[in-house]
Amino acid sequence: MQDAVTTITVMGAPGRSASGDERWRVVARNIFPFVVVGTIWEIVAWAGVFPHRLFPTLEEVALSFVQLTMAGILPHHAIETVIRLLTGFALAAVFGVTIGVLMGRSRRAEDIFLPLVSIGAPIPGLAYAPLFLLWFGLGNISAVLLVGFVAAFPIIFNSWTGVKAVKEIWVRSAQSMGADDRRMFRHVILPGALPYILTGLRLGLAQAWRILVAIEMLAAVPWGLGWMIFGAREFLNTDVMMAGIAVIGIIGLTLEKLVFQKIEHYTVVRWGMITS
Amino acid sequence: MTDQGQRARSLIRAAITLTAAAAVYEALARSGYFAPALLPTIPLIARALYASLADGSMLEHAAFTLYRVMFGFGLSMVVGIPLGILMARFRPVENFFLPLVSALMPIPSFALVPLFMLWFGIGNTTTVLIVFYAATFPMLFNTWSGVRSVNPLWLRAAGAMGADEQSLFWKVIIPGASPFIITGMRQAFLRAWIAVVGAEMIAASDWGLGWVIFDAKEFLNTDIMLAALVVIGAIGYLFERLVFGSLERATVQRWGMTRAAKG
Repeated sequence: MQDAVTTITVMGAPGRSASGDERWRVVARNIFPFVVVGTIWEIVAWAGVFPHRLFPTLEEVALSFVQLTMAGILPHHAIETVIRLLTGFALAAVFGVTIGVLMGRSRRAEDIFLPLVSIGAPIPGLAYAPLFLLWFGLGNISAVLLVGFVAAFPIIFNSWTGVKAVKEIWVRSAQSMGADDRRMFRHVILPGALPYILTGLRLGLAQAWRILVAIEMLAAVPWGLGWMIFGAREFLNTDVMMAGIAVIGIIGLTLEKLVFQKIEHYTVVRWGMITS
Repeated sequence: MTDQGQRARSLIRAAITLTAAAAVYEALARSGYFAPALLPTIPLIARALYASLADGSMLEHAAFTLYRVMFGFGLSMVVGIPLGILMARFRPVENFFLPLVSALMPIPSFALVPLFMLWFGIGNTTTVLIVFYAATFPMLFNTWSGVRSVNPLWLRAAGAMGADEQSLFWKVIIPGASPFIITGMRQAFLRAWIAVVGAEMIAASDWGLGWVIFDAKEFLNTDIMLAALVVIGAIGYLFERLVFGSLERATVQRWGMTRAAKG
């Protein structure tokens, strides 16, 4: 409070400076832990506790980050990875939602698919990787198919649960108001199931992202962040590895913050299904 | 009655589906369109599974994998639960750790495998640490939100009845947060299980189910690969159903708390 008062007198813009002060404090609070960890890192790196090649200083990591970005190598790797992620995820979304909704709507489809899905789901996705590599060869096809396959499971499960969780009373009241199948699906089932479907898509994307990095290491794709990190290990380029890991973290954070929170905001919250 | 009839019909249909899927697979495998090395018949897979179980090699691999996964998972519990509780109870701890956790969380554990291989070499240390990294975040987050979501009314009621800090913690906060903590353990184990298989493949040591699969690829032993897949799936399923299912029954349901958070 004291600080706020002094700023007001100095700046002479009461409302804005007070909220700006508040915002500064939040920013400072969020940055502080990184400063602490960064300082510890620097001290350890400079002290030479570990071999310098294995434990580079932060400046070196930043330098190789900038150099690789300027040379266009890092963006190329990142774009290939993102394309692979989106292709695999699109496959998973289309098949997953279709199968899930079918399972929710028809008893027969449920009986057919549920045993297959419940057998496939508990096996970690990466365990299929060598099998896919043998069947579809090294390279892009295996990577994309595996990502799609792995991401499909949470999407199927959540779409299925979502359709089943649509309130019986909505369905019956729509029926009594004379809604045909198509209208029923578009206006009742789909909005009702959407929070679950979105959760499924979100989990699926997270899953796809986790698997993709690993499969890029195993499938020997020509470009891709996973491959870059794995390749850098051979030459002990720890700084390149760190830069790659940073990009992976940034992409993951972007996916979560920008893509899904926006989608959720525009659909589910607007329809009043959940509050946020 | 009708419910039972329904269930029986579902079971029969499930059996029919599985038989049909197996038959299609068997037909494909025997048709000769694909190389038999890539698509072994089901009897061959069963024989490989039986042989590897009988001579104990598969069990030994499974034991190594389980050791790594339990070690990493145990570490993640030791770190994740106390830190989650501290973050929920004390504001400065939360202010310090939350930004760090949010920045580390979107980095998939496999991205760290090459780095850890450089730092810790190939073998148990790397695998255990990867498992630990993968499992800590769900553990931490669920504990944190569990403790935060303990009904404030209970805290005040217990306080009014003269509960001291210690009994408040053990009798109110811990049982109140337990559905979340157990959900966290469940998710953490799932992540750990995925991570251990992946880490064993990439940072290949000499033992472990992930390594079996990856090694079998080199020699086109698809039957052993599929047999290992079966073992991995079975262990994952057993843990999910038996261990966590019964843990939930023993704690959460006995305390009369329904499972509030869904994985």
